[in-house]
Amino acid sequence: MTARLRVHVDPDKCQGHARCKALAPELFELDEFGNAHEAGDGTVPPGLEDKAWLAKSNCPEIAIDVIEE
Amino acid sequence: MSDVSQPVAHPPVTDWVNDFDHTDPQWTEDPFPIWDELRAASPVVHTERFLGCYMPTTYEAVRAIANDTEHFSSRRIIVRDVRPELTTRNAAPPITSDPPVHKPAKQLLLPPFTPDAMKKLEPRVRDICNELIDGFIADGQVDAAARYTKHIPVRAIAHMLGIPESDSDLFINWIHMILELGIKDEGVLMQAVQEMSGYFRAHIEERRSKPTDDLISYLMNARDKEGQPLEESHVLGSLRLLLIAGIDTTWSAIGSSLWHLARTPADRERLIAEPELIPVAVEELLRAYSPVTMAREVVKETTISGCPVKAGNMVLLSFPAANRDPDMFPDADKVVIDRRENRHAAFGLGIHRCIGSNLARMEMQVALEEWLKWVPDFRLDPAGTVTWSQGTVRGPRQLPFLLGKAK
Repeated sequence: MTARLRVHVDPDKCQGHARCKALAPELFELDEFGNAHEAGDGTVPPGLEDKAWLAKSNCPEIAIDVIEE
Repeated sequence: MSDVSQPVAHPPVTDWVNDFDHTDPQWTEDPFPIWDELRAASPVVHTERFLGCYMPTTYEAVRAIANDTEHFSSRRIIVRDVRPELTTRNAAPPITSDPPVHKPAKQLLLPPFTPDAMKKLEPRVRDICNELIDGFIADGQVDAAARYTKHIPVRAIAHMLGIPESDSDLFINWIHMILELGIKDEGVLMQAVQEMSGYFRAHIEERRSKPTDDLISYLMNARDKEGQPLEESHVLGSLRLLLIAGIDTTWSAIGSSLWHLARTPADRERLIAEPELIPVAVEELLRAYSPVTMAREVVKETTISGCPVKAGNMVLLSFPAANRDPDMFPDADKVVIDRRENRHAAFGLGIHRCIGSNLARMEMQVALEEWLKWVPDFRLDPAGTVTWSQGTVRGPRQLPFLLGKAK
């Protein structure tokens, strides 16, 4: 059984590259300045796990955590 | 009389590790083996040229400097022969700002450049690409730098600023004066800055009686934290920045991408067969051929990757070299068109992340989509020569192609 995932964006590290939003639009949202935060409480719906890891591994600021719960 | 269109030459480099020079013709032509040599020697190298300048050669060292605003200032962001005087007349907030003034200046400019805002601009950019392609598609050959890549960003940013797209040649000349000739000739640099300020002052004046829905009016109407309008010098500095930063950077990125595709039929065919891969390819082309090298000034002594760094020196902050670091990117010297993990630093790292990154990405995607749609077959013209810009922004300035299938 796969663990449930949750994504979290560290707002102090995010600089608004917006890679996460491009790669996993279901999991991230951008504010009016283009800085990212996780959608809702960050829970990754089943089937989107790959996108969560992809967003993490493409963030130039290493601002994204994927937490296995 | 000397030819003012050509930068003054420096003595040739014979010892890259201890005497590097990013304006050397060898660097301009093919910097990649030079960066590998420097990286093999040390994570930070130094030259006595440019009144003393360091260069971090690894991704790690570049990141450390980009994130360290205490020891490294952005008040001077181009490595030049001289250190131009620091005044509000030539400051361009927020790119030349340090904390704490950086953040409010940057936040002001961010909303017009979000991905959603860029979606609204996309149809205009697509039209621009199609108009340009219509102009040469029947000719069988084209200088893609002169007829295509150069015009897309200049017309897009002119559209956003609300200034005539037909003034493009003027803008391109100012950029050449500031980013290339200005490295070695302060007079040319200051002349361009003054001309640009005069140009924008006239546009600001027009908008006082007739407000418009563009970035110039947006900045004129912007208010700081205290609810006060921005100083005129701030508005002019930001307008100069948007014009300069938005043009030859993306021009270069689109040009390098087409240059790669002209020489790599397999990648071209893959993108034509799988156009949904284009956004991924754009990231890889940005990594492999990052156009923009920035700079910092060391304001306090420190250590980077074990190397002492002394105040008063400049730092050539080469995001392009960081993006070729094999410790960060497997097969760093190869274009892997479907690279999945790509934390490239083409738009910088840290608080100075390029404001126009979403604009540049959109322009690159649209420019490549439209080009590949109408010109699926093209190759370098063996009778022509590809030339590259020198210094801070690297990209093809002559890009002669033959169009159509090879006979």
